Amino acid sequence: MRTFRIIGRNIRDAFKGVFRNFSLSLASISCITITLIVVAVSFVLSYNVDNFTNLVEKDVTIVAFLDNELTDEQIDEIRDQISVINDVDKYEFTSKTEITRDMMDSSEIFESVMKNWTEDENPIQNTFQIKVTDINVIDDVASEVKQIDGITLVKYGEGMVEQLISAFDIVHKICIVSVIALILVTAFLISNTIKITINSRQREISIMRLIGASNLNIRIPFIIEGLILGALGSIIPIIVTIYGYNTIYTNFNGQLLSPFIKLIEPTPFVYMISLILLGIGVLVGMFGSWRAVRKHLKI
Amino acid sequence: MELIRLTNVKKTYKTGVTAIQDLNLSINKGEFVFIIGSTGCGKSTLIKMLYREEKPTSGQIIVGGVDVGKLRNRKVYKVRRKIGVVFQDFKLLPKSTVYENVAFALEIFGVPKDEIHAKVLKVLELVGLKHKVKSYPSQLSGGEQQRVAIARAIVNGPKLLICDEPTGNLDPNTSMEIMRVLEEINKLGTTIIMVTHSIDIVKELNKRVIVLDSGRVVKDYAEGTYR
Ligand SMILES: Nc1ncnc2c1ncn2[C@@H]1O[C@H](COP(=O)(O)OP(=O)(O)O)[C@@H](O)[C@H]1O
Ligand SMILES: [Mg+2]
Repeated sequence: MRTFRIIGRNIRDAFKGVFRNFSLSLASISCITITLIVVAVSFVLSYNVDNFTNLVEKDVTIVAFLDNELTDEQIDEIRDQISVINDVDKYEFTSKTEITRDMMDSSEIFESVMKNWTEDENPIQNTFQIKVTDINVIDDVASEVKQIDGITLVKYGEGMVEQLISAFDIVHKICIVSVIALILVTAFLISNTIKITINSRQREISIMRLIGASNLNIRIPFIIEGLILGALGSIIPIIVTIYGYNTIYTNFNGQLLSPFIKLIEPTPFVYMISLILLGIGVLVGMFGSWRAVRKHLKI
Repeated sequence: MELIRLTNVKKTYKTGVTAIQDLNLSINKGEFVFIIGSTGCGKSTLIKMLYREEKPTSGQIIVGGVDVGKLRNRKVYKVRRKIGVVFQDFKLLPKSTVYENVAFALEIFGVPKDEIHAKVLKVLELVGLKHKVKSYPSQLSGGEQQRVAIARAIVNGPKLLICDEPTGNLDPNTSMEIMRVLEEINKLGTTIIMVTHSIDIVKELNKRVIVLDSGRVVKDYAEGTYR
């Protein structure tokens, strides 16, 4: 009970501190707000990119076409060469006969034309289907495959999807860098806000010390003040995330540009992001005030 | 029963000034002790060491069984809770009422509201300020403000009350009123150490008197012997 009363008092003091230096508090809160909006954008992007990268990766295959003059030994040699390329996940050989049969099975038009081809007339080539471990390196893998003797042509993907993924990747990296920078600026600002609260309460603090308040007694209200600043700063980003993402999701029918790229369902996704935002806000706030307290509340 | 013992205490500030030297002193529970001496002779330094505002450079200081000189910074609050301190400049919170100023000393320890209420009114009655609970410090006379400070210092029930020139800013009549309050508190069992410049007060109260000069105890008059 005693502890609860002390905590209650500390929270009251902390709120008083927030309003005592309202303009500075507002600056800190705004800074957290901006930071957390960037964090939110970054999270929404990266989770979505991760999500559809996984979806897309299943479908993006490099197809290497082989020279039809090759002997079985030469094909085995190519197989060995493919197997040692970095980032190759799986590879599979499909012979021209299999392909021809599949195509004839799939359509009567194909069948009517192709059934008359002799082995020599058949222009279909033997192929390797290659899957990569990471969609971002598909270009590199494809060009390495192309270098192999006996491979006449390499084709992969739709082009746009890979470009989109790497574009998002760049945006994501920019977001991470700006989030780190913003968090540092925010922590600094909060630290300064708390420093000013500490200074404006020097008299009270010195009386508290005389009366026999412990360090914890004296420090906790300021830590809570930082926590409150962080929590207040996360309100707008959370609202923006919940409403913004829901709006985007409905307007785009849950997909982006092509049915390939599925967006993550808003629920519970936005609530998870909101929790993360609140957590980051609170932690940054507490970290900032902890710094100020350590520096300016020594005994 | 001994409450305070100082043995061969010396205090040299960082500036090189030696404020206290060769100091040996013993004070019993329930005593009322005046410390007098000219300005700069080390009175404040001596009592600051008692509540561990300053650390002795050498020697030993025991207060209530605790070696305060050896106390770690983060443990200091433990002795402070057993000691009340009153200053010449009152040190009140200007934006808080009389009641809030006194209640503050209990609130920070999470004392229940009704217990705070009872204790605050009791000490305010003891110092004769029960009718001013809602006033702000700026609305009080110097004597009244000092009585609030005394109330705050004793509301936790400390064993020892330390006063550094508590009447330094007050006229003789008001000073005498404050002394009556302190006497009353002493009668209720609290040991009091008071630094003062006023020979009138010292003579009027007839308590033990310790005279300092250049950081040394030069005279120690037992109760009723100072003329
Ligand atoms: N914080 C300090 N730093 C350096 N010197 C100090 C400090 N406090 C007091 N002194 C010096 O110590 C001596 C004793 O001071 P003090 O204890 O305040 O005397 P008193 O209270 O008897 O007037 C003085 O010479 C004073 O200048
Ligand atoms: Mg002094």
